[in-house]
Amino acid sequence: MKTPRTISELHDGLKNKEYSLVELLDGYFARIKAVNELNAFITVSSEYAYKKAQDWERVVKDNPKAFEEFPLLGVPIAMKDMYLTKGIRTTAGSRVLEDYVPVYSSTVFEKLEKAGAILVGKTNCDAWAHGASGENSDFGPTLNPWDKTRVPGGSSSGSAVSVATNTSFFAMGTDTGGSIRQPAGFCNVVGLKPTYGAVSRYGVVAMASSLDSMGHFAHTVEDTEKVFNITMGEDGKDATVKNSNLKVISSKLKIGLPKEYFTEGLDLEVKEKVMQAAKAFEKMGHSVSEVSLPYTKYAISVYYIVMPAEVGSNLGRYDGIRYGNDRSTFGAEARRRIMLGTYTLSSGYYDAYYLKAMKVRTLICKDFDTAFKKVDALITPSSPTPPFKIGEKVNNPLEMYLSDIYTVSANLAGICGLTLPSGFTKTGLPVGTQLLGPRFGENILFKLGKDFQNQTDYHTKLPPI
Amino acid sequence: MSSLTQSDILHVGKLANLTFKKSELKTFKDQLSHVLNYFEELKKVNTDNVEPTSQTTGLENVSRSDEIDNVSVLSNEEATSGTEKIHNGAFVVPQVLDKEQ
Repeated sequence: MKTPRTISELHDGLKNKEYSLVELLDGYFARIKAVNELNAFITVSSEYAYKKAQDWERVVKDNPKAFEEFPLLGVPIAMKDMYLTKGIRTTAGSRVLEDYVPVYSSTVFEKLEKAGAILVGKTNCDAWAHGASGENSDFGPTLNPWDKTRVPGGSSSGSAVSVATNTSFFAMGTDTGGSIRQPAGFCNVVGLKPTYGAVSRYGVVAMASSLDSMGHFAHTVEDTEKVFNITMGEDGKDATVKNSNLKVISSKLKIGLPKEYFTEGLDLEVKEKVMQAAKAFEKMGHSVSEVSLPYTKYAISVYYIVMPAEVGSNLGRYDGIRYGNDRSTFGAEARRRIMLGTYTLSSGYYDAYYLKAMKVRTLICKDFDTAFKKVDALITPSSPTPPFKIGEKVNNPLEMYLSDIYTVSANLAGICGLTLPSGFTKTGLPVGTQLLGPRFGENILFKLGKDFQNQTDYHTKLPPI
Repeated sequence: MSSLTQSDILHVGKLANLTFKKSELKTFKDQLSHVLNYFEELKKVNTDNVEPTSQTTGLENVSRSDEIDNVSVLSNEEATSGTEKIHNGAFVVPQVLDKEQ
């Protein structure tokens, strides 16, 4: 059976009875088994999935319009283990929650279930989504399918790997400082970080509440948009979510190349691929011009003050009394971040660190406001380097933090971002290009992304595993 | 230069209700000092007359009607299903008050 590459292809196969829903799932679970060594899943939900498949097969039989009414009918999906799934274990990648079975579901999961999607499993991630490599998972690191000695990026490691290896059709991740866009680039899949406030965070383990964004991985921009149309919108449970009209756009767009993203520290092969992508956009009739985001270089400092402060507060609830294990089960990185946040918020240090960071955050937001007056979107690398070796940065937290240098600003400013597969290094490692758009500018990113994928075939390349 | 001491680590650890092995204290002290030193660069930024940003939505005072949503209300059994330490339908918590005092 040929694995479908788009939702329409998958639906055509089901409608034309090339395969049944159960046969489709058989294929996904067989692949999950075959690539088990990558450690992309923490929990595989086959019992749940086959039961759902039976339910949906009945719906298809009785309702001739089923595929129109349920746009994700039968689509096998994976959820990062940060999303609560009623009755299915949810660990956040941490031993604190190793036996936690939630009694309610996240809004995003409910919306996807309602649209017909079928959960095949919960994916591995850095514990509490703290990391850029997947190595902070208490369930062991996830391996990169393009080179198993390298990291798949993080923290949504398993979700990126599962889409790359076709063990899920699309997968949800969370992006607080780049945790979708960076692993998407490392695994050669599309990754969307929606505008802050576009998608409900209800029922997702909170990392940093002013930065957390709920997005997803897929092979194509077309499907990325389809999924976003389902996950977005108010649910009455997350007060930061707003129904908002997306921007009206023209067919020719202006793209800015922020010069601060192309300076020292950027790998030359990565730079070359991103510049090639910029050239490709010009060939399509869009214009590319240099812009400046002068406060970019302070983004890591601001992020690593604001985020741990919010992390320390959010992880305060894990007391081992109502559910989960006690605080002695927190891993090293979670404790580092709680400590950092507690310190910068503590008496005598608040003004010097937290208040100062919030003020510089304002300047970073203004950088983007100014840039988006001149251009519709920005083009940047999604990471300064290709996937790095497992173990390379584990003993140096600061160096690991600097891996987020091109992605954290978007979270601080609450804007949207999209990573596109953009080619390979000489040694065959994937390179991602990041597009950034203004708040609720997702359709600008989708338009550019679809144009790019019409002209390139990078997204059709599969890892050698 | 910000340099933390091992007693800083113990103090902040107490505030955050975290414990450390003796062998971890030096690693945490060194790693966190390293990160705090990196933050020194922010001192170079002039933030006079700059308002702080704590969120980016621009929304203010979002409210909803004060009604019970029966769909999302958990039963007592559901709410206490995450632990075995239950007494008469309530969570058992560590003792915080001492009878003698």
